[in-house]
Amino acid sequence: MTAATAPNQPQAGAPKAPDAATGSHRRRSARWSYILLIAGLVLMIGPFLWMILGSLKPAQDFLRNPPTFLPSEFTTSSYGRLLDQLDFPRFFFNSSVIALAVTIGTLVFCPMLGYALAKLPWRGKGVVMGVVLATLMVPAGITLIPNFVLMSNLGLVNTYPGLILPFLVGPFGVFLMRQFMLSIPDELLEAARMDGANEFRVFRSVVMPIATPVLATLGILTFLGSWNSFIYPFVMAQEPQMYTLPVALATFSTGQYQADHGMLMAGSVVLVVPVLIVFILFQRWITEGIATTGLKG
Amino acid sequence: MILFGVFLAFPIIASFGLSFTSFGLTDLQNPIGATFVGLDNYAALLSDDRFWKSLFNTVYFVVIGVPATLLFGLLIANALNRGVTRFRTVFRVGYYLPVITSIVAIAVVWRFLLNPDVGLINMALAAIGIDGPAWLANPALAMPSIIVMAVWRNLGFAMIVFLAGMQAIPASLYEAASIDGAGRWQMFKAITIPLLRPTILFMTVITTIGYLQLFEEPLVMTDGGPLDATLSVTMYMYQQGFEFFHQGYASAIAYVLFLIVAVIAFLQFKFLRSDD
Repeated sequence: MTAATAPNQPQAGAPKAPDAATGSHRRRSARWSYILLIAGLVLMIGPFLWMILGSLKPAQDFLRNPPTFLPSEFTTSSYGRLLDQLDFPRFFFNSSVIALAVTIGTLVFCPMLGYALAKLPWRGKGVVMGVVLATLMVPAGITLIPNFVLMSNLGLVNTYPGLILPFLVGPFGVFLMRQFMLSIPDELLEAARMDGANEFRVFRSVVMPIATPVLATLGILTFLGSWNSFIYPFVMAQEPQMYTLPVALATFSTGQYQADHGMLMAGSVVLVVPVLIVFILFQRWITEGIATTGLKG
Repeated sequence: MILFGVFLAFPIIASFGLSFTSFGLTDLQNPIGATFVGLDNYAALLSDDRFWKSLFNTVYFVVIGVPATLLFGLLIANALNRGVTRFRTVFRVGYYLPVITSIVAIAVVWRFLLNPDVGLINMALAAIGIDGPAWLANPALAMPSIIVMAVWRNLGFAMIVFLAGMQAIPASLYEAASIDGAGRWQMFKAITIPLLRPTILFMTVITTIGYLQLFEEPLVMTDGGPLDATLSVTMYMYQQGFEFFHQGYASAIAYVLFLIVAVIAFLQFKFLRSDD
């Protein structure tokens, strides 16, 4: 986990144009870098701006040829249609409940399993670790059908438990926590045990506080992953009242509302903006977590 | 532990079993009673034109999309690591933004961007005198359009990982090279790329595994069309399993995909081991 601090150190690796002879050349190429990076940035942000502006356009703006970037007048009528014609608050609620439950479950179960795999001796540990590693690589599609069959037999299709249970423990979270727990010195745990703490107490009072930064990263990534997840809820939520936001948006954008550009843009905004807020608030945790886990994988 | 077993390990094994049966809608209530058909599903796959088409499309997407994504990610990371120091956080956040955004929302927005009548892209082309085509309705252009979108969405992830890798390279190496008169391009080629090799390899593998599972983009943007030009393996599996209710057959498709992923993962580990 040592790489975590690297990305935010200002210009960690950059030598500061030491000799005057190459200085002007370097400045010139730096200027080109800036120009290209800013042009790229416009391309990256452009679709998001277009989405937000599009959600505020009146319906007739979408019939114009050539199309306009700015709305002719700002209106929230597209958002009104999300409420009147579709039950978007309900989808928002579903997405929130599921994402929160999955995040809490992950933060409770993954550290436990990670701790057991990293620090406790037990029979079959190697097998379980092998299974965790193997499932890290498994495409989501492969568990889709058996999970669906399982859920149908448990009567959990179209229910919150059906949408939440399979994601309470993910191999990514277990692996991440195990890797982190390995870095905790055994002496620390031994000291706590000597003081008479039982295994659960050691876990709760020694391990968990040390793990807080990793837990924060895992929690944010899990929340975002669940909020955006699609293929599983798309299959498992078959009644509109159980749709999550991505399922609702995909269903309506290919169905009867596919021509209502304004409403679909507004729906996209509702789906994207909470994520943007979380991301901008926590961007350090997220990008560092990605970089770290990426390199550690 | 138990949850993990029930919802992850079990389905993987069950899926393998299912792929040998003629499991269909009527078997849902009684999974054990499904008829065992041996390798029939796999045999049928071999002569299924739509399956081959979907496999071809997926490979096309991976072969063009993965190198493009990594190349852009690498160039941006390099620019941010060497030279560009002001506003670095703004650039990082900006380029990373699409990665954390729902693919569904992005696909909806891009469908409108690519729309020949009301889309921004053809408007921009018209401004420089080009009459833009109907991107998603043209079988030859639909997949390239989806590739461009995927590269746009995922290059930020590659950028973040490469940037972290680059910052682990000691600055003294660049200083020494600079004293020897090496230019930026030479340093990039002789220092950055070789030292970043494990990271590049790792990114190649996880990007490939991710791209092999292409699903949301064609579902929202083209529904696999036109003429199955964007039908991906995962999408075909979904159609077989949840539109035609041939779950046994769909499981066989899922397993072929799994095998491809497993082979790639295995090759990676072999590669990495010989590397270290």
